[in-house]
Amino acid sequence: MLKDITIGQFFPGNSIIHRLDPRFKIVITLIYIMMLFTGSGVSSLAVGAAFTVISVFLSKIPFKMFAKSIKPLLPFLLVTAVINLFLVDSGELYFKWKFIKITEGGVNISVFMVIRIILLITGSSLLTYTTSPITLTDATERLLSPLKKLKFPVHELAMMMSIALRFIPTLIEETDKIISAQKARGAEIDTGSFTTRAKNMVAVLVPLFISSFRRADELATAMECRCYNGGEGRTRLRQLKSSPKDYTALAITIIFYITALITAHLLKS
Amino acid sequence: MNNIIEIKNLHFSYKDESGNSSAEVLKGIDLNIKEGEFVAVLGHNGSGKSTLAKHINAILIPTEGKITVNGIDTADESKIFELRQCAGMVFQNPDNQIVSSVVEEDVAFALENLGVPYKEMRKRVDNALKAVNMYEYRLHSPSQLSGGQKQRIAIAGIIAMQPKCIILDEPTAMLDPQGRKEVMSTIKRMNREQGITIVLITHYMNEAAQCDRVVVMDKGNIVLDNTPKGVFSHVQELKDIGLDVPQVTELAWELKKAGYDIPDDIITEEECVMAIQKLFKQK
Repeated sequence: MLKDITIGQFFPGNSIIHRLDPRFKIVITLIYIMMLFTGSGVSSLAVGAAFTVISVFLSKIPFKMFAKSIKPLLPFLLVTAVINLFLVDSGELYFKWKFIKITEGGVNISVFMVIRIILLITGSSLLTYTTSPITLTDATERLLSPLKKLKFPVHELAMMMSIALRFIPTLIEETDKIISAQKARGAEIDTGSFTTRAKNMVAVLVPLFISSFRRADELATAMECRCYNGGEGRTRLRQLKSSPKDYTALAITIIFYITALITAHLLKS
Repeated sequence: MNNIIEIKNLHFSYKDESGNSSAEVLKGIDLNIKEGEFVAVLGHNGSGKSTLAKHINAILIPTEGKITVNGIDTADESKIFELRQCAGMVFQNPDNQIVSSVVEEDVAFALENLGVPYKEMRKRVDNALKAVNMYEYRLHSPSQLSGGQKQRIAIAGIIAMQPKCIILDEPTAMLDPQGRKEVMSTIKRMNREQGITIVLITHYMNEAAQCDRVVVMDKGNIVLDNTPKGVFSHVQELKDIGLDVPQVTELAWELKKAGYDIPDDIITEEECVMAIQKLFKQK
């Protein structure tokens, strides 16, 4: 069950997307998110979808990996769709029963919302699938480095982020183990009513938290043993060098963004 | 050979939050370890062996007494990074000492901290990965590796610092037999080929039997300090402090108790087979 969560997993590879400068990838992802949220119509989503499909294709990561990252969020998607379907009241009326109304606007918005969220997840998964967490952290650290002048702890935050990412698979594995152990002792975690299951989750969370603190303690010692001393004077194994292909990728993204803006504007008028 | 680690009259007790000392964990340890030696520290749970290990690279500072590693006093805070570079430490749980999500970046972690320039770092990381036979896994995520492989990555992360001495605190305790074998052979190779001094904290007797020298601790004191043969011939003393001896040593000891003429310094299977063959011939 928990093994299906793939957010934050990195798939080593050598595709063009893998080789892009992570700083550019982050900026591109941000532009991509803006692109998905320009206008509310078909146009920006169509452009966004085209952009996503091309990027996924170029990354050479199997499509089913993206389906996997969307799967745990299906209930959330469903709730969003249902809420929009019934609560939005605009355009032609399709169906009416007592106080429940389904309108054209409702259908449109719920469909768009679901597609938008799916694209959003796919796009951001692509970033983490093709960029190793430490590179990602490195890039974030460098993008945010001007903030260091304002005494903002950029390096520390980046370090925390990379450690958090590193421990996701470890903690998932551990949660699975704890769930099995508690099930073996008769805890109902998959069965029973919602409230009993929620109560029984405590039996999973408490050991998980305790072991996380122990891990944190041991990791801190291990880091000190390897001379960790904050961000001062650190060098990097992963060198970040921007090349023409990074600027090209950024330019293409901007073109897509402008296309989305223009089509949204044209459709409106 | 020079002593790389010199421990003189080491006392240590943990302090609680209000600053009161609890019972002493280490009660006056004297121990010298020579450069290039392969030393095992054996002891039961609570014997103080891990506490001793943590003193060698200044995670803990002695309450009383003095430790010098390669001439550096561990209590000297200004030289702490020099010290830790010289004496690296590998811990029991491989998951809790791997910092990065990519193998080679984890191996580079210490070098990044020390500010080693890129070219030099690349070379040292590659060499360290090759030394532990994990070079082909350099772009993998540690979560895809087995326990033994992860522990070898942790060892590579230390080797990359080019230390003179590696302290391993029960590095095989959480591994399966295959992983244990991999880690032991890696450690032995480091010692033999690169001349790195090894201090191996363990409670596996057959691992201790592969070392040059075995130090046995009990209740914060060193009780035996000799070659493996010398130590394991004290079967009764070891049993009294709750330790076992290698199975073959125990077999020989039982045979001797039963009145057979068999040497009491057997620690490997081959020696045991030879000795028993000899007994059959005598009959």
